[in-house]
Amino acid sequence: MAERPKWVPGDIDLERPSVARVYDYWLGGAHNFAADRAVANRTLEAMPELRRVILTNRTLLRRMVRHLLRLGVRQFLDLGSGIPTAGNVHEIAHAVDPTARVVYVDMDPVAIAHGKSLLADLPNVVALQADIRDPASVLGDPEVRSVLDLDQPVAVLMIAVLHFVPDADHPCGIIADYLDALVPGSYLGVSHSGGEQGEESAAVAEARRRYSEQVAPMVHRTRAELISLLGGLELVEPGVVRLPHWRPDSPDDVDESADRFPGFAALGRKP
Amino acid sequence: MVAGAEAFARTWATAVIGSSYVPMTRAEVAEHLQSLTEVLVEALIADPFRTAPGYDIGARLVEAHFTGTDTLGRTVQLLGDDLLTELGIGVDGRMESRLSALQGALAAGYARALRERTLAEQEAIRAAVLDARDQAETALRASEARFRAMFTEAAIGIGIADIEGRILDVNQALQDMLGFSVEEMRQYNIRDLMHPEDSGNVWRLYDQLIAGDCDHYRAEKRFHRADGEQVWTHLTLSLVRDDHGEPQYQVAMIEDVTDRHLLQNRLRYQALHDPLTGLPNRALFLERLGRVFNAVGGTTSRRAGLCYLDLDGFKVINDSLGHDIGDQLLVEVGRRLDHSVSGDGKLVARMGGDEFVILVEGSASTQDIVNVADRVLHELEAPIKIGGHELTVSASIGIVERPLEGTTAADLMRDADITLYWAKADGKSRWALYNPERNAREVARFTLSATMPAALERDEFYVDYQPLVRLADSRVTGVEALVRWQHPEFGRLAPDRFIELAEETGLIVPLGRWVLRKACEEARRWLEEFGDSAPFVSVNLAVRQSRDPELVRDVKRILDECALPPHHLQLELTESAIMGTADEPLEALRALSDMGVRIAIDDFGTGYSNLAYLKHLPVHELKIAGSFMEGLRAADEEDAVDAQIVSTLVQLAHALGLGVTAEGVETPSQAKRLHRIGCDTGQGWFFARPGRPEDIDHLLRGGL
Ligand SMILES: C[S@@+](CC[C@H](N)C(=O)[O-])C[C@H]1O[C@@H](n2cnc3c(N)ncnc32)[C@H](O)[C@@H]1O
Repeated sequence: MAERPKWVPGDIDLERPSVARVYDYWLGGAHNFAADRAVANRTLEAMPELRRVILTNRTLLRRMVRHLLRLGVRQFLDLGSGIPTAGNVHEIAHAVDPTARVVYVDMDPVAIAHGKSLLADLPNVVALQADIRDPASVLGDPEVRSVLDLDQPVAVLMIAVLHFVPDADHPCGIIADYLDALVPGSYLGVSHSGGEQGEESAAVAEARRRYSEQVAPMVHRTRAELISLLGGLELVEPGVVRLPHWRPDSPDDVDESADRFPGFAALGRKP
Repeated sequence: MVAGAEAFARTWATAVIGSSYVPMTRAEVAEHLQSLTEVLVEALIADPFRTAPGYDIGARLVEAHFTGTDTLGRTVQLLGDDLLTELGIGVDGRMESRLSALQGALAAGYARALRERTLAEQEAIRAAVLDARDQAETALRASEARFRAMFTEAAIGIGIADIEGRILDVNQALQDMLGFSVEEMRQYNIRDLMHPEDSGNVWRLYDQLIAGDCDHYRAEKRFHRADGEQVWTHLTLSLVRDDHGEPQYQVAMIEDVTDRHLLQNRLRYQALHDPLTGLPNRALFLERLGRVFNAVGGTTSRRAGLCYLDLDGFKVINDSLGHDIGDQLLVEVGRRLDHSVSGDGKLVARMGGDEFVILVEGSASTQDIVNVADRVLHELEAPIKIGGHELTVSASIGIVERPLEGTTAADLMRDADITLYWAKADGKSRWALYNPERNAREVARFTLSATMPAALERDEFYVDYQPLVRLADSRVTGVEALVRWQHPEFGRLAPDRFIELAEETGLIVPLGRWVLRKACEEARRWLEEFGDSAPFVSVNLAVRQSRDPELVRDVKRILDECALPPHHLQLELTESAIMGTADEPLEALRALSDMGVRIAIDDFGTGYSNLAYLKHLPVHELKIAGSFMEGLRAADEEDAVDAQIVSTLVQLAHALGLGVTAEGVETPSQAKRLHRIGCDTGQGWFFARPGRPEDIDHLLRGGL
């Protein structure tokens, strides 16, 4: 058949590594299978510091959610949420405000199935299987609408997911679609693999190649590209920066390698 | 608070941070580890000594997600190397063994917890896989059910076949449409569904689709139903490709348009057929005729023929017996025509009223069409019984048959129509064949009659005069006025070319009046010039003129205006003009005669005159037709019969007190014989041909 109807999910093939499970393995989780671990390890071989990069990303997620809570946001739309593991958005949020609302969106059916079983008893949290490139079906989903009150600010999180959206899929337009549906005072938080032109080491390039080939194609973007993706938003201090520089918990978390960290983070506010 | 525990915890944190994700800040981690360190220290020095807290710490590390592969190793090592010294605890055998025991318990607790956690997560992810698969399957089943429902319930026929054309599935609508069950349909290959009426396009596109050159196409296609009927459909065929883009299946969507098609056919049939006889109508006939000319292969060496047919006297039947009978008659005639000319390349159509036409395509010769016409006339001979009436009908037929090259449909139609008119004019109940010469003549006649009124105004007519000579002394006693037409195109035309036409069109009346005036003017001139020896003028009066109510008044006025004594005018009428007439014209003649005008019967002997009646007529002169003079022409011998006839006529005339003029006198012998027989006057080439008035002047002066 030419095109599978939207309501039918893709195959579930455990022999094929999944972005979500490979990521879980790197975080130290066991929500993964042999095929996932094999690629994860091969990539690590090329780039041993990758594990720290991944952990740093996950800590950024925590920092950002905590900051958003401090800013008063109580609703989160976590796009590309991955497999629920230590430090999920709702756990961070509920530690501050148990009434906070969270929607997890991922296209990985296994990640979402797991999410659903974990979240079954939580009234204000849902997981939705959807492609984030289709904002209309995400925002139009009845479950999503039942959890999120779009008349109140929402923080849209695109943590380590935008680099899976190539320019051909119009990331700018996708971002605009989400923000257009939200009230002023909403936020968009982003972390994104990238760096400046020519900065990438051979090891990192090799790791990226292995990952792109065996797991999912990834795009690196420069800081400038990221700034333009966030055009129209008021950037929260410190703007678009290398991940470790984004509101670190402690100066100890920022070492001399931070300036060359292969990824950027930013938080923008819808004016 | 145990001194040194804080420092140890910091070292511990540095050692384990970065090997797995722990959802705490660096400070939180240090705090957490410090509390664990304190538990450890308490356990070390506690009495009685228990290893359980060590076990517990191992488990709490895992719980906080210190699950990196290096975590346990580094922790155990750090405990052994640094803990006692950091805490300032004396290293003695008892402490060392207690520490080892705690290290062991922590490792065991950690291993146990990690194993449980790993198993739990593996369990969870497997369960998630199953859930996801279930979900996917449910969704797939739902989607399949939806498609199935769409397929089965669709009002449009849907069929699926593989790329070899083997039919795999057909929905209910298609089964109903074609009258075959799925099982029966599965026996078929798509190519078995070929229909002889399929346009070449259908199967050419099919081949392209199968080859993957096109993804779908639409066509109109007929199918045979199981019951032998036909189904007209709109077909849309689409190609389904596999993941590699290779052709895999074909899907046909088939809409039954039979009703629409039949309706269209019926409407078309109605538009192209005569509702009364069921025969093709004028429109269809013209379409077919046009197609004959547009047929592939051009018109070279191909022929065609038309019979244009019209019933004789149909109007009478219609008027006397009513339209209903008339209609039934037409139906029967139509049936007979159709019956007698059925066959390939022949078409019988009703053109309207009682006109029918037969088209014969690809005739070999004119004889083919003549045969058709003969058959038709024969077929119509048998009387037609309608509602107690036994009707006999006949028809007139105009036939045109010729090579297509050089002619057109319009030419054929026009010529057939003309020819039908000829058949009627020639006496009906017959066919006439188109004849280009006859047509040319008729066209010329038509042209003449059409241009005659203008010619009269433009003075294209003039009058010649032919002497009437007294046989006793060869004196010119009168002249016959003969009208001529100096036609700008056809040249000088004698009266036989246009008088009849003028009679038909009625122009004879003004023309005759004009001639009368001309002749009277001339007579007046002669009277003035020659006095007593001036000739009278003899002017022909056409039938129509003789019946013109204005005749007497016209004559009188002209005589008056020319101041011509009436006895200088003679009017010539044909026998039929005088004899066949009713009272009124006779009254006119009497009036003229009473006025003093002489009346002559022209061409006497050619009609069927009632001789007895002659004596009651106001006639003064008989002009014996030239045909009787032929037997008297030869120098040596004369035809006894002719001589006897003329002699009898002369005696008869004289007995009635009439003068006799012999027409057509051409030889001296004729003149002599006629004189001997007793004719009073002669006219003819022997004396003089018709000429200009001056020629008459000349004659009057010089004699013959
Ligand atoms: C690297 S993980 C990030 C998880 C989490 N946001 C974090 O940063 O810890 C990326 C996730 O995005 C998901 N993802 C990638 N492309 C996606 C898309 N187009 N729609 C929905 N999810 C997508 C993957 O399945 C994966 O679970």
